[in-house]
Amino acid sequence: MNSVADAAGAAFGLIVVADPKLVGIVLLSLRVSVTAVLIGCVVGLPLGAAIAVNEFRGRRALIVILNSLMGLPSVVVGLVVYLLLSRAGPLGALGILFTPTAMVIAQSILITPTLAALSRQVVGDAWQEYREQLRSLGETRLGAAPTLLWDLRFSLVTIVLAGFGRAASEVGAVMIVGGNIDGVTRVMTTTIALETSKGDLPLALGLGFILLFIVLALNACAYVIKETAQRRYG
Amino acid sequence: MTAGVDMRAPLSLLPLRLDQVVFEVGTRRIIDGVSLRLDPGARIVILGPNGAGKSVLLRLCHGLLAPTAGTIAWNAAEVAGGARRQAMVFQRPVLLRRSALGNVAYALKLAGVPREQRRERAVEALRKVGLEGQGRHSARVLSGGEQQRLALARVWALRPEVLFLDEPTASLDPGATHEIENVISALHAAGTTTVMVTHNLGQARRLGDDILFLHQGRLLERTPADRFFKHPSSSEAATFLEGELPW
Repeated sequence: MNSVADAAGAAFGLIVVADPKLVGIVLLSLRVSVTAVLIGCVVGLPLGAAIAVNEFRGRRALIVILNSLMGLPSVVVGLVVYLLLSRAGPLGALGILFTPTAMVIAQSILITPTLAALSRQVVGDAWQEYREQLRSLGETRLGAAPTLLWDLRFSLVTIVLAGFGRAASEVGAVMIVGGNIDGVTRVMTTTIALETSKGDLPLALGLGFILLFIVLALNACAYVIKETAQRRYG
Repeated sequence: MTAGVDMRAPLSLLPLRLDQVVFEVGTRRIIDGVSLRLDPGARIVILGPNGAGKSVLLRLCHGLLAPTAGTIAWNAAEVAGGARRQAMVFQRPVLLRRSALGNVAYALKLAGVPREQRRERAVEALRKVGLEGQGRHSARVLSGGEQQRLALARVWALRPEVLFLDEPTASLDPGATHEIENVISALHAAGTTTVMVTHNLGQARRLGDDILFLHQGRLLERTPADRFFKHPSSSEAATFLEGELPW
């Protein structure tokens, strides 16, 4: 028990003095996951909305696949991206394996289905309510998707956060495609895994606290945004 | 086409002709062989008991539903992808999470009105329904009556030739109902043909010139309003009038 208390104390010490190594790891984590979330939003949200408002052959199958992909194991994504980006792979010539770019790609692939599946659900429910009115006004299905996304923007905040949470907390994909190289591709989760196995608990624990804090702070923000918006916009 | 007619002016949408229109869901026949003609300038009210097919008939006319059999033909077809020249107001208006003004401007955008004209036309439409002070307010936090007036402003801005109304005051108090009726009358006075479904017989008297009485999907009679309420020609309508409360 003492070792845990000591580690926690040391962890707070690292946070308080803003240990440069710790700060670097945190910033890289945020950069990778935030970029992945942005890419995931640009692809996933319109995709989800388009599936929600359109009727086409294979729609049900696509929805089932998307929903299943939400549970995609991150190590599998890491493995596939690794094979694609490795020297012998089809995209090996890019030479981006073991770089933050590779990590962004892996995390984007990991969370895009989540963002698409959840936004499909939210937009689809709203579409039932809006459909007649929008069609009456002459809105096309193509135009309805962005209209609905904008109208549901406050509900989508929660979905985007779910995507961020998944990206920031996964360890398998970034470990495989990033390689956990000190100072280059080492992020919070990979560091925690590594330092724990090395027995360096203060750094691992400090990062754990920060990771928790970031997720907590973001969720608090999202909650406040949603509450305020609901009061203002109904 | 007669000489002297402005060739740029589009042909009137009306008359609208329904010929033996049938609408079925599965094996259930909801509209059963309805034929009617709708001429410009009319104020039509559709009456009938619940489940008679009134709302479905409106949606068929408006193009939200396609008939299973029969034809629905406008005098001039609307251009596919072009601005709609007919509009509909629903029992519960669906308003977007933006300002009242933004909701009207959105409809104008869909109608292809250039951006620089939208604001002016939206402000004008809000003024017509008495919401000029609420333009910047969020549409979804307005009261029920104000929301329905906003829905009418959205329609007004589009200047439709025909307006379908599906129980527009069903969930409103008498004061709000009165305001909505005033707006509908003003819209008609401005040249819009109105077709309304209502359960409010007082409203049918006030806003209807012609009553269409629908029963089990069939159009049993079309009678001028004053005669309908005194001497309906079908026994079903007589029974309906006896059963309905007269406000």
